[in-house]
Amino acid sequence: MSARTLPLLFLNLGGEMLYILDQRLRAQSIPGEKARKDEWTDVDRKRVMNDIITTMFNKKFMEELFKPQELYSKKALRTVYDRLAHASIMRLNQASMDKLYDLMTMAFKYQVLLCPRPKDILLVTFNHLDTIKDFICDSPGILNQVDETFRQLIETYSCLSAGEFQLIRQTLLIFFQDMHIRVSIFLKDKVQNSNGRFVLPISGPVPWGTEVPGLIRVFNHNGDEVKRTEFTTDGNYVTPQREGSFDLYGDRVLKLGTNMYSVSRPVETHMSGSSKNLASHAKENTVPNPLAKEEMDFLARLLGGLEVKTPGGSETGFRLNLFTTDEEEEHAALTRPEELSYKVINIEATQEPGRRAELSRILGELEVAEPRPASSGKGEDLLALMDGL
Amino acid sequence: PGSPAPRPVPGCPLAPPGRKTPTPGRILPAPLPRPSPRRGGRRPGLHGNAGPAPGAARRPLRHHAATPSPWLQRTPSERGRSGDGGGPGRAGWGHGGACPVSRRMYRKEKSIQLKSSSAALYNNLSVLRLPGRQLACFSAVHGPSVNVVSAATDGLGFSHRQLQAKEGGMAVSTSVLTQAAWCVLPSRVLLVLTSQKGIQMYESDGSIMVYWHALDVTEHPPGQAVFARGIAAAGGHFICVGTSSGLVLVFDIPPKGTNITVSEILEQHRDAITDIAAEQGQAPDGAGDLVTADDAGALCVWSTGEEFTLLSKIPAFGCTCSSVKLWNGVVAAGYGNGQIRLYEAATGLLRAEVNAHARWIYALDLAPETGKLLSGAEDSFVHVWKLSRNPDTDNVEIEHCHGECVTDTQVCGARFCDPEGNSFAVTGYDLNEIFRYGRV
Repeated sequence: MSARTLPLLFLNLGGEMLYILDQRLRAQSIPGEKARKDEWTDVDRKRVMNDIITTMFNKKFMEELFKPQELYSKKALRTVYDRLAHASIMRLNQASMDKLYDLMTMAFKYQVLLCPRPKDILLVTFNHLDTIKDFICDSPGILNQVDETFRQLIETYSCLSAGEFQLIRQTLLIFFQDMHIRVSIFLKDKVQNSNGRFVLPISGPVPWGTEVPGLIRVFNHNGDEVKRTEFTTDGNYVTPQREGSFDLYGDRVLKLGTNMYSVSRPVETHMSGSSKNLASHAKENTVPNPLAKEEMDFLARLLGGLEVKTPGGSETGFRLNLFTTDEEEEHAALTRPEELSYKVINIEATQEPGRRAELSRILGELEVAEPRPASSGKGEDLLALMDGL
Repeated sequence: PGSPAPRPVPGCPLAPPGRKTPTPGRILPAPLPRPSPRRGGRRPGLHGNAGPAPGAARRPLRHHAATPSPWLQRTPSERGRSGDGGGPGRAGWGHGGACPVSRRMYRKEKSIQLKSSSAALYNNLSVLRLPGRQLACFSAVHGPSVNVVSAATDGLGFSHRQLQAKEGGMAVSTSVLTQAAWCVLPSRVLLVLTSQKGIQMYESDGSIMVYWHALDVTEHPPGQAVFARGIAAAGGHFICVGTSSGLVLVFDIPPKGTNITVSEILEQHRDAITDIAAEQGQAPDGAGDLVTADDAGALCVWSTGEEFTLLSKIPAFGCTCSSVKLWNGVVAAGYGNGQIRLYEAATGLLRAEVNAHARWIYALDLAPETGKLLSGAEDSFVHVWKLSRNPDTDNVEIEHCHGECVTDTQVCGARFCDPEGNSFAVTGYDLNEIFRYGRV
């Protein structure tokens, strides 16, 4: 519905992805001097985070993203994150990638649902960007890119009305409808029920600009207040203390969108959700949508056109596992319910001439002036990577 | 049980089809109010009525001997009193209506299961009563489709249907529905769906599409969302539908057949239309019989006819008005900051303000025989209120009757299931069912 939803969806999901990857990389990292050639070090972790963030905040990509457009399909978006996660030396198996995507989407769904005001989705986005800036605080070049995106967000969204933000929120909620994957950290914190549905509190501060429910005021025909009455409900609300900041820097007040993972709070998922609902939703996604695929191909090309580090030597050493053991990962891949599989679209290297011409024209207009490695094997690696998705 | 058969009320969407609307000037009687128990701690200022209803002085007043009009309700305790009617009653008069608050007024009844979940859209529940056929129909938008359920009133037997949003001419992208609502006209009932592409009108059971109107994309600035939203039957043979550019399309509906035409386009709103409501009771002189609401919170009051006339504008105050109702010349509006506001339709004057919900209101409904108001919001609560008019002060009164917390649900649709408000239905985002509640 709203044509301004995609940047918020992309940036927030991207932020959650970075939180999870950062936590898993820290959990699996080994001190530099003790590490073998195939083990993660802190240096590797920083490099992966830098590479992914650089790719995510690429200037041309952001320009495309911010153009008014409809949301991509779930499959198309999933494929973009697949590419993003592989923008560095890190590799993820299908099962780990599935789990990563489940966690990202359920986390952002929770944040959208619990936002006090629709406009607060912007604060959630700022929370993600603030933390991303912490990840790359040592790299001024990338920091600049992120700040640029920050400014673009402020420019695009500060003038939107509450009604337009609610439309954005409704568009996001339609995107997340029927997703009830249980996330261990949410279950433990009692923000999600065992049936996968989120707990909606009926206490706490009311949104900024809303009054605590209870008062009825009656006015006469002169406009004077002539009567006040009160009513009570089961809710237990209080007035909020202050509003979060919508500036480049500031106290956001809202905690939604901040990093809830740490090494002591590991990342786990239960594969579940009543299959009936998900089956009906999965059915809708299997209808091929040529327009979305075209857009997605275009995006993937943009991402694919950037410098990608290819792993040298043995591949397995640079693989990140979202599960605690390899066996667990294998088991998850085998037992993933059919209706929850994302059916990632394969990006075809060869396309129909007509479409290819159109995309080449667009790509030509947005030629990225980044140096490409001279090695002739590079192009083949890229295509192989794209085909392998 | 025991309540009289529903009487037709002008513009009431729950009126049984085929009945003519009554001639103006007759104030319709309401069923006997249930006696409210005397109790201590009476709320200050709420008092019973004695004397004629507003506007009644201008019209002949006719009453049923046994059932007083909604304006003249008295509790048994007041019947013996001599009139002490002046001013805001601090003298401890009883309630004008029958809303006992010391015990719960409604209880949960059996739910209706849906084939798919409900979407987070404003006013996302519509109810059609067919008392002659012992049926009630419910519809809730899922996204690209809408669930339509027919439920037998004996509680056994449901039939489900899903209608899809019609694609545009190019059929490349999927469309999302924004609303579905039954429009009850004296001659026929149509089921109207609004989407990102246009407006679909079906026979009431959803079996045949009788009309399709495509939205003109060029009317909208590039990059802006395009959709239709806001549906109401009005003026006897019109259906009004709003658009995201603020236009209200008025369709002229013939008694049967598919020859539906656009009669007029109303251009007073500058923001996307959120809801439209027709007068469900008896409009006092000059009060208008249609109200339209938009995303900025502005309201317009119209008088319908071959040419619609704008009567008054109620300015926005910074909050979206997501849902609106019109009853006996009173506009009830639900806002994004959780407030319900009551305005005089004829003048646009604010008469009451309720801090009703802790979050965005998504749905309002009104029971025309009793003046009960239903509100549902993202805060998980559904509240039942009672509207009345104090005949001495002419103040519009609203009191709280019942609050229901729909656990862990952001309510997006709420409707009364009968014209007295003895039962209501609720649905919420991601919910695969419609919850029902009935008077205890």
